[in-house]
Amino acid sequence: MKVETIIRPERLDRVKNSLEEKGFISMTVSEVTGRGEQKGIKLQFRGKDMEVDLLPKVKMELIVEDADVDLLVETIVDAAKTGKFGDGRIFVTPVAKSIRIRTGEVTS
Amino acid sequence: MSLVLDSGDTAWILVSTALVMLMIPGVGLFYGGLVRKKDVVSMVGLSFLALALVSVQWVLAGYSLAFGTDIGGVIGGLDHLGLKGVGMGTGDGTIPDLIFMAFQLVFAGITLAIITSAVAERVKLSSFIVFGLLWTTLVYDPLAHWVWGGGFLAEMGALDFAGGTVVHISSGFGALALALVIGKRMGFGEHDMEPHNIPMTMLGAALLWFGWFGFNAGSALAADGLAANAFVVTNTSAAAGALTWLFASWINGKPSALGMVSGAIAGLVAITPAAGFVDAMSALAIGAIAGILCYRALIFRIGKGLDESLDAWAVHGVGGLWGALATGIFASEAIGGYSGLIYGNVDQFVAQAIGAGIAIVYAFVVTLALAKIVDVTMGLRVSEEEEYVGLDIAQHGEKAYA
Repeated sequence: MKVETIIRPERLDRVKNSLEEKGFISMTVSEVTGRGEQKGIKLQFRGKDMEVDLLPKVKMELIVEDADVDLLVETIVDAAKTGKFGDGRIFVTPVAKSIRIRTGEVTS
Repeated sequence: MSLVLDSGDTAWILVSTALVMLMIPGVGLFYGGLVRKKDVVSMVGLSFLALALVSVQWVLAGYSLAFGTDIGGVIGGLDHLGLKGVGMGTGDGTIPDLIFMAFQLVFAGITLAIITSAVAERVKLSSFIVFGLLWTTLVYDPLAHWVWGGGFLAEMGALDFAGGTVVHISSGFGALALALVIGKRMGFGEHDMEPHNIPMTMLGAALLWFGWFGFNAGSALAADGLAANAFVVTNTSAAAGALTWLFASWINGKPSALGMVSGAIAGLVAITPAAGFVDAMSALAIGAIAGILCYRALIFRIGKGLDESLDAWAVHGVGGLWGALATGIFASEAIGGYSGLIYGNVDQFVAQAIGAGIAIVYAFVVTLALAKIVDVTMGLRVSEEEEYVGLDIAQHGEKAYA
């Protein structure tokens, strides 16, 4: 299964370290921008509203065995959560095949 | 004795003034590379703003308060308000009064730029403007008067060739006070706040090292042998500091390129008060020790959990203090007419220590008070959301990198 998560950039190290502790080593990390239903952050500037609507986030993608998905999701949530708007999301999707380039094997 | 305008001296001081001016955006770029991407426009902008604010304040009142006719050894009079009496004639030097004034102006400007270290990524622009004007008037101008304008520290025998006390101790210990009032950045200590552009910082350091030749050698106020001495010891101290900080970081892990340029700055700060009094061999020692001392001060500062964000205290404050004391240790009569500890004279060292001590206390206490006053009346900091999205967007509505 593919587990894709959008998290706060400042939580990257914490999430990565927690994942490593639980045995989740392989991942792809990218810098993205985005917003949720709050439509970003609203700032006040001399009585006028200013919207910063796409905020920098970090996306992490991991491919794991079906049985490990729940533990992975739980680990991410614990490490990434602050309780405030902007904490992010996790998406789980099926993966048809996974191949290691170095050896050519189909790993599962 | 009336002196005549010397075109060599005048040309050199004109150039030196321009060199030191360039150091001000140099400080901005040095700091800009050290902050996160979302705050770089703001950070570099603060140094330009410091230059602009002080340039205006200085010609209106600052120059007079620093260099006007002495009142009680404590402050200059208002005789040069609006540059009255400051003209194209040479006064009692060999350069026009106007260029002496301008040379001093850029020193005042860079001092305010240095202190922005303490408020990186969180200061409200309007509050910085108010604080900056108050600070340059009430901290810089009196100190400049006490050391260079005929005030009591000079009377007492404290030496400061190019501004180790007036510029670096004041801004370094001022930054410490300011950091204590404004408080640490959100997330400081919890997550990493890495420099976003180390080459930008290195460019800033390059402009600083280059400009420092104007800062120190220009302080000879003449194109002569003393300027040559200052030039040489400046480069030597910078190099020694660069190497010792590089090696110190190497021993602790990997040799840090950022550490190397920081060490160069430490060496430059430390040689500043001494440049017209010591020789190149002493400069090797002064710079080398500065590199290690300021490195350790930085580690100490981090260990204490204090967010004096860009280490003006560790480099300029501690480096300036060491430089002031080193002047009292290594001063050689053959160069500047004063001798230090290594030649058996204890008095100079004592004078240096007292001068530095008074400057530290004055700068720290008055900065603390000014920061508190501005914080209570206007608020020094931006809101949490503004700090989160970054000052570039929140304060300037601008993005550094499209």
